[in-house]
Amino acid sequence: MELLAVAATPVDLGAARVQMALSLGWHIVIACFGVGMPALLLFTEWRGIRTGDPVYQMLARRWARAMGVLFAVGAVSGTILSFEMGVLWPGLMDSFGDVIGLPFTLEGFAFFVEAIFLGIYLYAWDRLPPRAHLLSGVPVLLAGVASAFFVVTANAWMNQPHGFELRGGEVAAVNPWVAMFNPATPPQTVHMIIAAFMVAGFATASVYAAAILRGRRERYHRLGFTLPFTVAAVLTPVQIGVGDWAAHFVADYQPVKLAAMEGVFTTQTGAPLHVGGVAIDGEMRYAVEIPNGLSLLAHFDPDATILGLNEVAAANQPPVNVVHLSFQAMVAIGFALLALSAWFAGMWWRRRALPRSRLFWLGAVAAGPLAAVALEAGWVTTEVGRQPWIVYEVMRTSEAVNPAPGLWVGLVLLTAVYVALTVATIYVLRRLARDGPAPLAPQESDVTNQPVP
Amino acid sequence: MIADDILLAELGLAVTAYALLGGADFGGGFWDLFAGGSRRGMPQRRLIEHAIGPVWEANHVWLIYAVVLLWSAFPTVFAAVASTCYIPLTLAALGIIGRGAGFAFRKTSTSLASRRAFGAVFAFSSVATPFCLGAVAGGIASGRVPPGIAAGGPFTSWLNPTSVLSGLLAVGVGAYLAAVFLTRDAQRERSELAETFRRRALGAGVAVGALAAVGLVVVAVDAPALFGLLASGPALALVVASIASGAVSLVLLALRRYVAVRVTAALAAAAIIWAWGAAQYPLLLPGVTISQAAAGPAVLHTLVGVTIVGTVVLAPSLWWMFHLFQRFPAAGAPERADGEGT
Ligand code: HDD
Ligand code: HEM
Ligand code: HEM
Repeated sequence: MELLAVAATPVDLGAARVQMALSLGWHIVIACFGVGMPALLLFTEWRGIRTGDPVYQMLARRWARAMGVLFAVGAVSGTILSFEMGVLWPGLMDSFGDVIGLPFTLEGFAFFVEAIFLGIYLYAWDRLPPRAHLLSGVPVLLAGVASAFFVVTANAWMNQPHGFELRGGEVAAVNPWVAMFNPATPPQTVHMIIAAFMVAGFATASVYAAAILRGRRERYHRLGFTLPFTVAAVLTPVQIGVGDWAAHFVADYQPVKLAAMEGVFTTQTGAPLHVGGVAIDGEMRYAVEIPNGLSLLAHFDPDATILGLNEVAAANQPPVNVVHLSFQAMVAIGFALLALSAWFAGMWWRRRALPRSRLFWLGAVAAGPLAAVALEAGWVTTEVGRQPWIVYEVMRTSEAVNPAPGLWVGLVLLTAVYVALTVATIYVLRRLARDGPAPLAPQESDVTNQPVP
Repeated sequence: MIADDILLAELGLAVTAYALLGGADFGGGFWDLFAGGSRRGMPQRRLIEHAIGPVWEANHVWLIYAVVLLWSAFPTVFAAVASTCYIPLTLAALGIIGRGAGFAFRKTSTSLASRRAFGAVFAFSSVATPFCLGAVAGGIASGRVPPGIAAGGPFTSWLNPTSVLSGLLAVGVGAYLAAVFLTRDAQRERSELAETFRRRALGAGVAVGALAAVGLVVVAVDAPALFGLLASGPALALVVASIASGAVSLVLLALRRYVAVRVTAALAAAAIIWAWGAAQYPLLLPGVTISQAAAGPAVLHTLVGVTIVGTVVLAPSLWWMFHLFQRFPAAGAPERADGEGT
């Protein structure tokens, strides 16, 4: 057919990239709840069973209902992604589908486990004794973390393609385990899984912080805030440490990405750290410079050499401003969340009480959305910083895209659907939050006769 | 090589499971669409909701599993199908969003207006999605998806007689299976609905049978090569088996043997898929055999190993889930009007 020889137009390539970023960026936020919520929920339900405290039981019921909605949305948005891998990037799948197939297959099993036990957990609340019901939630937790791990190994492979050889342009000698456990896997998976718990924790806490800010300080709201916030607050310093690990990884393995993240245009020793700033005409303007900071941070040596973008062909450079700004945003939010967590911890340490300051509660309301922004910013850093490669230094994004005409139509349709989906999800979650004081059991009206406090 | 055949069989199993379980869930949406006005249709919608609710996510995973297995084991085939059939696949994907979200949202929303809106989305996508997926299958079966990236026609690959027919058949089979499954569920919980769904199952069974008969003619004209393959060897045996199970199912329905008919109806549907598989074997796409398309041995062996271990975990879990929701009738039957419209 005449289409065969035709490459995708720049418009279609751009549309495909935006579509991928949109659907991934959407899915990832929901997926964080799939990873983080089960742990919160199980802990709360366990406390409820142990203490018989109705407040815990009620919180567990509420969260379970929200999780039912989020899981459904996560499942469908994830399905779109698996279609898109082929619909948008057939060149990638054609050559490398088998190389990254293993983690996705493992993920398939994790999804099965997750979906089966979530079905049981949500719908069999009245059909199982409490302890068995609690246990039925454990596989959901494990499978959620496992699926995050698996899928991120696939992304890590795109940053560090290992486990195959190129022989005359053909992929050969594939070893899927080596591909899965590539050098980028440890920092990326750890960083992502912690991010998921942070997003779920801060976001759940945000809901109750908003209520407390409106003066509803009864125990239900205080517990609903403290529990998830504590989890997220404890993880925040850990996450910053892991982020540092991720940055060292980038410095060692993807120096071009580091140069874009930090706006380094000329190779130099003793490179300064840029805080803020924009790249204009090949230099960083308006940035606060910390002398030797970057060399020290990236290589533990104030005089270490940092590669500059001047050594990279223009066609192989990622867009600096996007990468630099999103990286700065992530780091800034990371430290802002750390400050908030420290405030919370300090008050607890000294007075065993929640902070009273309005500023704290405003910050706590913002923490959930901010954590999600950090998550998105981190992914933009990783993905855009890898450009123009879809498989780092092996395959260009433009070689992978579907050459069929009219991809932009799909983007328009998908955007409309996602806008509608976002509006509907928020509407339903808000409704759930407002429903009367004693929630029905999750999802199922059959369970109304279950004694809810 | 044996590993590629094993993985092809697993793929066939996943597609069959999705067609039967996921298909029936879509069929539930089909009947939701035709359940009548919001007041009159409420008991039916509740029954459908009640039957699908706990299991649809797990049923849905069969699709994801089939997709990832296809791209892991036969990457070039996945790339060819997805790039050529990107329009129906995108539409199917949007339908999947609408369906899953519409269903989950409707369940949790209480006001009549929002239930109606979410319900409409749910029902509409329940028809559009299986049609698109069926149309893709028809395009592959009739040899319209050549190997290579975006090598086939973006429209002709799925808007052709065989594809339209297989799309309609996918919708019809799902509706039929759903009616059959719901008849039994209704009988257990709410007998007057059992009669409604029994009538529907009979109607759908006859309609699907007629559609399939027309389909054979369409295929004979539109895709003579496929027809020739279907009309010989093991494929023919499977076609005959499908027709026979279909006929037996109608008799069982007439006799109100609701448990037995579940098996025969599922068999009738599954045999169609297997017949297609047997007819095409060993070709996956025109001119591409299984062994040509398969990934390297290291990948295949790893996948076989992983899927065996996975099955050991999965099988008892699935069994427990279906057991739990089939064995115990729910505490309150679905007819209880709880908080509707409040
Ligand atoms: C709650 C979310 C969150 C927070 C607070 C941080 N990060 Fe992050 N970061 C992510 C969420 C995230 C992420 C979304 O999860 C990414 C994208 C890809 C990945 O593996 O993790 C990521 C990527 C990412 C990368 C790129 C890794 C790569 O391309 O391979 C670096 C260098 C950092 N982070 C560093 C940091 C530092 C130094 C932080 C300290 C303040 C920090 N992150 C806070
Ligand atoms: C872990 C699983 C992920 C995989 C396998 C993956 C894969 C891909 C692929 C195939 C592309 C298209 C090719 C390209 O532009 O490089 C892409 C682009 C992109 N992804 Fe990811 N991605 C993952 C996670 C994410 C997440 C969670 C985000 C969240 C925001 C994200 C953000 C982006 C962006 C912004 C682009 C467009 C980059 C550009 O074209 O400039 N990715 N990703
Ligand atoms: C290319 C990238 C990705 C693909 C192809 C993908 C695919 C999928 C699919 C098919 C599902 C539905 C499973 C079901 O029905 O239960 C899903 C859900 C899920 N995905 Fe993704 N995903 C991607 C990125 C990610 C990332 C980066 C994460 C990281 C945390 C993630 C975590 C999850 C989780 C936890 C679920 C369960 C659903 C939920 O709990 O809401 N996915 N994904």
